[in-house]
Amino acid sequence: MSTLATAAKHIRRSPYQALAAVTTMFVTFLLAGIVFLSVVASFFTLQYFEGKPQITVFMADKSDKQEAEGLGKTLEQTGKVASVTYVSKEDALAIYREQNKNDPLLLEMVTADILPASLEISAKEPKYLADLVPIIKEASGVEEVVYQKDVVDALIAWTNAIRLIGGVLTGLLAFNSILAIMTVVGMKIALKREEIDVLRLVGASRWYIRLPFVLEGGLYGIGGALLSWAIIMLLVIWLQPVLFGFLGMIPPFSSILLSATSTPFILSSLGFLGGLLVTGFFLGSVGSLIALGRYLKF
Amino acid sequence: MIRFDHVSKRFSGHTDALSEITVEIQDGEFVFLIGPSGAGKTTFLRLLIRDILPSAGKIFVDDWNVNTLPGGNVHLLRRAVGTVFQDFKLLTDRTVFENVALGLEILGKREEEIKERVNDVLELVGLAGKQQFFPLQLSAGEMQRTGIARAIVGGPKILLADEPTGNLDPETAWEILSILQEVNKMGTTVIMATHNASIVNDLKKRTVALDHGRLVSDEKSGRYHTAKHQKKS
Repeated sequence: MSTLATAAKHIRRSPYQALAAVTTMFVTFLLAGIVFLSVVASFFTLQYFEGKPQITVFMADKSDKQEAEGLGKTLEQTGKVASVTYVSKEDALAIYREQNKNDPLLLEMVTADILPASLEISAKEPKYLADLVPIIKEASGVEEVVYQKDVVDALIAWTNAIRLIGGVLTGLLAFNSILAIMTVVGMKIALKREEIDVLRLVGASRWYIRLPFVLEGGLYGIGGALLSWAIIMLLVIWLQPVLFGFLGMIPPFSSILLSATSTPFILSSLGFLGGLLVTGFFLGSVGSLIALGRYLKF
Repeated sequence: MIRFDHVSKRFSGHTDALSEITVEIQDGEFVFLIGPSGAGKTTFLRLLIRDILPSAGKIFVDDWNVNTLPGGNVHLLRRAVGTVFQDFKLLTDRTVFENVALGLEILGKREEEIKERVNDVLELVGLAGKQQFFPLQLSAGEMQRTGIARAIVGGPKILLADEPTGNLDPETAWEILSILQEVNKMGTTVIMATHNASIVNDLKKRTVALDHGRLVSDEKSGRYHTAKHQKKS
């Protein structure tokens, strides 16, 4: 009987223990997978905003185009500005309509009058932003200034929080999963003590006896990882329009989240699956190896 | 060749299970290891397959020093030394074929080779046609034949049989013995632990007698009463 067939037989003959092990692994990988995707999303979002040293200056309703253009020229004269773009109320409405084209309710009540005109300013270097801010603040007709730095700082804070909380929770669940695998494999070893003794006496090598147990733990990990991947993918596909609305402007996601049938989405999903399976197999095997070290000393 | 050189075995808190045993068994011999219960016969056999280690002395099986054999190589010794147990030690959830095939699966043999060899060995022990039976569907004699088949299927140089007829009626015991003799004729060294006097006396093979862990006699063509006599003297 091959090692894989022996491992499969071990699993088949105690389905409830197997279910417990796979379910524990599933919960671990569900959380770990969601944390991982959130960290990846925040990483690219951060990179996107960091790559755009921008200031958005919203003009007051009473201000006119000349005031905005005057401010733009003043900023250009500093030599520290890469580009200044004037976004009129009509342009803002067009952008808003494009962003919400799938939601007619949001389009009904909005007219150009309620949207502010704005100036989008990109500095040549992020360090110049500090020099530009006082000029903008002193200019007339300015209603509100949004610095990307604030957005980036907020994103960093969120990312760190996700990493910390997610990391601690994932670590605890991974530890719990290893304990679960150890318990299940330990019970299997106890149940198969007689068979193990016979195998030893007829000349089976240590790894001939151990490998099916290691593989069994690995298969529990793979089962949990596969199940969690399926649930996460269903969630991502279900939330795809919302996620695209949030992240659609950020380069990798603009192609990945465009459609669930697109090649980038399929490739990313498969890559994610591969990572989960490898990690699952590793965690399950480690649990088994610890159990073998603890309960199978020879 | 098997060599015990002043071998003693003491289990914690007990007297010596074996004491200062020195004996040599040549390739191809058929040896009865006799003595009453508690004489040390099973300890002798367990030491040979390194199921336990001696407290003193050295054990050699061919070129292997059994005492110093690295743990990772013990399986190689056990492949060279097949063992038949009094309680059969068959896996009850596997068929006769699967139990016997175990001895070849651990060697990583191909499926076709396993099938051919297992069927040959089952033929030899008189179990042809019972391949798909589970141990619980067999008589004690058939279970012991399965145990012998499993022990010899890998072609070991040495076969140890620990009271293989202990649980069998006299007729079946003789059938088992004739199989062991057949295996011996093919060149395998056979060491059989027994306290079946009629078998020992009838076959007149080399007899190593133990009593209370001591070697009390080693005769080329021994008889069971010899051991009893030695014990009394």
